[in-house]
Amino acid sequence: MEKKVLKKRLLKAARRDKYLYLLFFPVFVYYIVFCYLPIPGVVLAFKEFKLGSGIYGGSWIGLDNFKLFFSSVYSYRIIRNTILLSVYTLLFGFPIPILFAVAVTQIRHKNFRRFVQTCSYLPHFISTVVLVGIMKNFFAVDSSGLVNNIIIKLGGTRINFFMDPSWFRTLYVGSGIWQGFGFSSIIYISAIAGIDPSLYESAQVDGITKFKEVWYITLPSIIPTIIILFILQLGRIMSVGFEKVFLMYNPAMYETSDIISTFVYRRGIENSDYSYSTAVGLFNSLINFTLVFGSNALCRRLTNTSLW
Amino acid sequence: MKFKKMSDIIFDVLVYFIAVVAFVITLYPFLYIFSVSLSDLDAINRGEVRFLPVGFDFSGYKEVLTDKNIWVAYGNTIFYVVVGTTCNMFMTIFGAYALSRKTFGMRRFFNFFISFTMYFSGGLIPTYLLITNLGLYNTRLVMILPVMISTYNMMICRSAFSAVPDEMMESASIEGANDIHILTMIYVRLITPTLVVLILYYAVGHWNTFFNAMLYLKDDHLQPLQVLLRRVLIQSSQELLMDSLTVEQEKRALVSIQIRYAAIIVSTLPILMVYPFLQKYFISGIMLGAVKG
Repeated sequence: MEKKVLKKRLLKAARRDKYLYLLFFPVFVYYIVFCYLPIPGVVLAFKEFKLGSGIYGGSWIGLDNFKLFFSSVYSYRIIRNTILLSVYTLLFGFPIPILFAVAVTQIRHKNFRRFVQTCSYLPHFISTVVLVGIMKNFFAVDSSGLVNNIIIKLGGTRINFFMDPSWFRTLYVGSGIWQGFGFSSIIYISAIAGIDPSLYESAQVDGITKFKEVWYITLPSIIPTIIILFILQLGRIMSVGFEKVFLMYNPAMYETSDIISTFVYRRGIENSDYSYSTAVGLFNSLINFTLVFGSNALCRRLTNTSLW
Repeated sequence: MKFKKMSDIIFDVLVYFIAVVAFVITLYPFLYIFSVSLSDLDAINRGEVRFLPVGFDFSGYKEVLTDKNIWVAYGNTIFYVVVGTTCNMFMTIFGAYALSRKTFGMRRFFNFFISFTMYFSGGLIPTYLLITNLGLYNTRLVMILPVMISTYNMMICRSAFSAVPDEMMESASIEGANDIHILTMIYVRLITPTLVVLILYYAVGHWNTFFNAMLYLKDDHLQPLQVLLRRVLIQSSQELLMDSLTVEQEKRALVSIQIRYAAIIVSTLPILMVYPFLQKYFISGIMLGAVKG
């Protein structure tokens, strides 16, 4: 009897929500095909890939690919490069949007403030190709390079920025800050806008200086936002995007610029070494999974908020 | 009292200094590129172009705008942007609406089902092999189907739907409206600002796509703008100079840089023109994404 009632209720719910299922169906199919179907493909990491026998054919080779990778000279280099790029980006790139947000919200001329804000978002929307294109031309070694012309005027000698491995990280991090600081500041600006104005009013009655206002009211109010974003960035420390590095680097700069994702691309797509590069990619995915999951859980515990 | 005033003046000077530095650093590269793209070649050569254009020479733009490859690539990009964004919006709205309905059966499971993909994916090689096996390699569909939904954007959309009061939906269903009616006639209109932001995000994403095109498209006539731009800007290929073999050797380098800067302007202008008008929507869009839905 109870089962019948339950069945009836389920049927009723299904009839009521039939349009919801209809709407969700294509979304479901998308996720299955393009997000879930590739996942079993990671078994390739433990197999020998043979043309013609497909992903799931070939014989098992166990952990051979992983052993090969970790005993090679590349493993240390690309893991170090990946982490260092993230760490430098975090170290230099993280405080700047906060500083910018605090400064911008203190501007009293409303139009000037909006103008500065609007300009600061601009670089976010240009493509990576154009960004790297601008960089390569500005930092070109010949007389067309703006930066080298300035160096010459100041009495220096030309620097071949894009052939010298020691410049790669500076260029990568610097251009990242240029492209991202304005857009990253939005979240802080709205956090600052959400601060209760009566806090400032009572502080002004007490005759507090503006430096102290920022130090004792503004910054403490946005500390939760800062912590969340910092932890979430930490979680992405091993997932440096492929595109920008790929467009910037060349064999002369591999020493500092080759990262896990570019290595996987070269070995996998360019050399068709599918099995080996799947193993390297899987190693990276597993670490990312752990880091992102962990940082997200930490965030949820600390502040009751998380990105998803 | 006097000390306080002094410190506040220093504070204001500092604030305006940071703002001015930020705005000069952001805008100067754009201004310089624009100026070089238009200036007289000799003036560029003598290093006279610093801020505004010196003299006038339209030949860089002439080369870019008369080049057949650029127009093909431009057309392809517009096709991918329009078709891609349209598909994105339909799928995103469908998924987000269903997931935002509290009565939707298995809602918790489906929410997990989509969020999991943000944590873990098969990686480059398995995805590459799958897409090749599906027969999408070197077809226009490869620029649209595999990127039909951005999970992050769908979550922004879901939060916006969730924020609509339930009473809206209850009163509508008493009137006899089904979910499709409610979605298209009420909900979509209520969250228009969020949808505008999502259209912008998706469209800019398609406009700027490079990696998928490089990976999966072989034929030149399918390539979007960014792949061509890479050849011109980064690999410094002279292909846009093909028609101007008459230009003397020494001038070539100069013309070439002017062409490159003109190409940057031509390919980036549409985005830079549209976005200030949509600026007021950004903050709500980003904030919604930052809060758990």
